[in-house]
Order: sequence, then structure tokens, then C-alpha cells
Amino acid sequence: MKSGRVWKYGENINTDVIFPGKYTYSVLDPEEMAGHALEDLDPDFAGSVQPGDVVVAGKNFGCGSSREQAAACLKFAGVQAVIAKSFARIFFRNAINQGLSVIKCPEAVDGISDDEKIAIDFSAGKILAGEKVFSFPPLPDSVIGLLEAGGLIPYTKKKLKGDI
Amino acid sequence: MGKTFAEKCLGHKAAKPVTAGEVVTISPDYLLSHDNSAAIIKEFHELGIPKVKDPKKIVIVLDHIVPAAAEKYAQYHKEIREFIAEQNISNFFDIHHGICHQVFCENGFALPGKLILGADSHTTSYGAFGAFSAGIGRSELASVWATDEIWLRVPETLKVEMSGKPQKGVFAKDIILKIIGDNGAGRANYMSVEFTGPAAADFSLASRIVLANMAAEMGAKNGYFSPDDTVFTWLNKRARENYEPVYSDSDAVYESVLVYDLSEIEPQVACPHTVDNVKPVSMLDGKAFHQALIGTCTNGREEDLEVAAFILKGKKVHPSVRVLVIPASRAEYLNAMRTGILESLSEAGCVILNPGCGPCLGAHQGVLASGEIALSTANRNFRGRMGSRDSEIYLASPATVAASALEGKITDPRKYL
Ligand code: SF4
Repeated sequence: MKSGRVWKYGENINTDVIFPGKYTYSVLDPEEMAGHALEDLDPDFAGSVQPGDVVVAGKNFGCGSSREQAAACLKFAGVQAVIAKSFARIFFRNAINQGLSVIKCPEAVDGISDDEKIAIDFSAGKILAGEKVFSFPPLPDSVIGLLEAGGLIPYTKKKLKGDI
Repeated sequence: MGKTFAEKCLGHKAAKPVTAGEVVTISPDYLLSHDNSAAIIKEFHELGIPKVKDPKKIVIVLDHIVPAAAEKYAQYHKEIREFIAEQNISNFFDIHHGICHQVFCENGFALPGKLILGADSHTTSYGAFGAFSAGIGRSELASVWATDEIWLRVPETLKVEMSGKPQKGVFAKDIILKIIGDNGAGRANYMSVEFTGPAAADFSLASRIVLANMAAEMGAKNGYFSPDDTVFTWLNKRARENYEPVYSDSDAVYESVLVYDLSEIEPQVACPHTVDNVKPVSMLDGKAFHQALIGTCTNGREEDLEVAAFILKGKKVHPSVRVLVIPASRAEYLNAMRTGILESLSEAGCVILNPGCGPCLGAHQGVLASGEIALSTANRNFRGRMGSRDSEIYLASPATVAASALEGKITDPRKYL
């Protein structure tokens, strides 16, 4: 169980502020991608985020473009999970396909403050924030399989080889 | 109990009856990608197999940054062309064709009842033809190139029932902005949206594309219009293959039904920085801006350029604004050239750009500086989308943008029509 600091944002956080469109066809390198994470939402984020940190947000996180870098840049920046009240459909798929954990838990979003230190127990489906504990339904096995393989590409690779 | 379009269409593909909430693993009909194919190719190579499973299903259109605006884009375009040759992908449209969604439709891939996946969020556009079309991410598309299958959750359906005749000066764009503004950017998240009612059939195909395209801005997985003669006639010489239209049952079960009388809707404007921040144009009358954009996959077709030319013909755009016009495809460009639309727009002082995405995604051809404001016919006004994070984007119909370009400030188009 890893713990990390919370970066809390509002509702409808869209893919353009998570990873600006102007970089989608020019920035492909993981480290460089991480450097632009949340650039147009919170210019301080990329410089100070630490491995294990958690992004917490309101409804419809990741709405907008299908660009997968929106999920990838957060993963490469070391974010262990995004907790939101709800996720936009394509972002949700992209996050899992990139091996970034996404947790839908409205109570946790309301109960957790910016900058707080929290820990996530994925197998038990629990978020621990000081005295407070929030539960979320554990992810389906198929999705856990994808996350454990490190995302869709390594997963499909294994499948094509007949290893799954 | 009847079934929705989404349930029936995905059920046909899965060869079994399905209901909303079920997950199906199915084989798609067409797979679209654009300049992002370079990144998809990279993911595909990671898979360690030499060949895509079915090259006939792959459609690639170079449109986002065309012609290449910098060396790195040129490099990606080159890698895409090499991959296409090596994999025998025949459905390739190089930089001179136009925006992927328009080119895809013009070339007869957008067909009723087909399952189309694209690595672009506005893949929802083909619902205008009665297809089930949804956006997916890059590694997912790479994986489908390799395996020819994908899992999809059968979505719940939101029905939008439209009646009444829109007032003069009110277009498809105003109607979809009104619907998104009233219901919020996440209202249709994960859902299929069916645009129905007596007014739906009155829309031109181009107008249907506007609604289906922007269904994505409500979070929809796909948008849908019942295919009718408007669609069949258009497809007559264009359809790539046979198709089987799919219609929802009259007793289908919907998540909700939204009812709109189109005669009550005024011209609308989406304000920064979300598409659901919508106000009637009367509330913004007089708001100054710097750059106008008429075009994109949302509003770059004949009816859009025509109304803009009607308003601007014989006049001059206001000296305080610059106006960019970008037809959605070469076919639209040629048509607008032959009918004199481009001449009128150019004489009025507009800059006519080559068909493509142009400034829509902020990479080239009219990037905004800090503090600048754009009024655009595109589908998205997120912070920083067209350039500086300190710029602003307002969205409106081509008529509103053209009327506003004349006056140099946001203007109700009705007085010019
Ligand atoms: S015109 Fe704009 S919205 Fe349409 S495909 Fe191009 S970048 Fe995307």
C-alpha cells in the first residue's frame, strides 16, 4: 500500500488542461509527457508531484479528447491513482489501458482535502485518509488483469503469444 | 420489451441479444485514425507481431497538422506513409483530402448499422448515417489493429426528442449547444444518444453531423439518427459496401427522454472554458474578440460556408478581427470555389486555409496569444485549446460567427439573414 499527497481539483477536468492538444503530436517521450501533466490546469503540478501522489477530482474527470496521453502523462508523473466522482468514458478506458488506476468514489472526493496524505488499498477497496476510511467497489478481474500486466499493450502482447 | 439502437446494433455484431450494461467482445467494421497513427504504430510495434490483422478495415487520414508545420510532424507523417505501404493499407488519405471525419463520410465508410471505432473523440459523427461509432484511445486502436476485436459495454440510451421548426437564424449548432448547456457536459457520459422526433428528419445530413459530432461534448459514446432517404440517397454512389440499417424498437427502454421544441430556441454561444457554459447570443451581444474561425469537422460544410458567405458577401470583415475559413474537405473546398463562396469570403477579407484541422487544436495556422479571444464554429472551447492558456474561445454557429466578424463583436445573426 503506497501513500501520497492529494492534489484536489474541481469538476469537468478536461483532457486539454490535463495534456494540451498542441503537444499531442509532438511529445511522445514519457518523461517529457510527465513534464506537461496538468499544465493548463495547475502549472505547479508537474514540478512538484511525487511518486505515489493521488489526483482527486469531481464529476466527469477526463472529458473531451480521446488523447491517451491525458492518462499516460499522469502515470508517467508518478500518480498512483485518480479518484473522482465520475470519469469520462474514453478517459476511463485509456487510464486502464495505460495501467493507471481510476477509482470512482464520490464520498472520498467530498471527504478528502487538498494536500492531505492518503493511502489506497486496492485489493480491499479502501482509501485511508487519517481517521477516515472510504470504500470503493474493487475493480472487475478483467480490469485488474490489465492493470497488473501494466496496461493493454503488454496484456495484448501476452495474449497474442498465447500466455493468457 | 423493445431494444434501443445500441442494443440492437451491438447485438447483431455479437450475434446474440444483448441489453444495456452487458459487455460484448466484437469485431468492428472500420478503424479510423489520423496524424496520431504515428503513436499508434509505435504501440503496435510493441506488440511484437509483424502484420495488422485486417488492413481493409483500417482508414487513415492525415489532417491534424497538414502540411507538416515542423520537422517532427514531417517525420511522423513519413513514418505513417511507410507503415501504410508496408502493411498494404489501401484506405489512406494523404494531406490533400481534408478532415478525417468529413473524408471518412465522403468516401462511403460511414454506413448505417456499421460498428466504427476511431482514435478521435468526434468519431461519434457517423451516427448521422445511423452507424454505431465511438472514440477510443491509441493503444486500444493498436490492439484492435492486431486482434480485430474489442470489448464494449452496451450503453444505456438517452433519447432527445425534437419537434418544431427552428426560427430563422437558428441552426443545428445552436440546437446542440442549447441541449449541452441545459444538460451539462457529462449528461450523456457512457451513453448512446438517439436524436429523434419529427424535427430530426428535417435536418440536412450536414446538420445531423453537427449534432452527432457534438454528442461527444455531452460525454456520449455514440450519437444516432434513424437513417432515412436523405442518407440512402447520399450514399447511393458513395457506399463502400452493402449495409443493413438498424432502428430502435418503438417500445425500447431509455435512461431518459429530453424533449425540445426547436421553435423556442435562440442563437446560442458557448462561453469559456467549457462547452456547457452556454448563453443566448443576446446576453453576449457586443463582446469583442480577435480571431474568428469558420470551419472544422463541426461546421465546415457547404451549408455552413454558404451562410457565412451570404452574410459577408460584398462587405468587409471588421478591421479589428482576423477571420479564418477552413472548408472541411477538398470536396467542400472545390464546391465552395465553384459556387463563388470562397471568392465572396476572400473578398470580404477572410483568410482561406487548406482543408484540415488547422487552428482547431492550437498547433498551427492561427494560434492564439495570451489575452486573445476567439469566436469559433468548432466543437470545443477548453482552456488553451487554440494556443495560450490565457486565451479564450467562444463557440457559435457559422451565421453568428460571420455576423460577428462584420461587426468585430459578438452579434446576433438574425439581422443579417
Ligand atoms: S477539426 Fe478539430 S475537432 Fe475536428 S477532428 Fe480536427 S482537431 Fe478534432
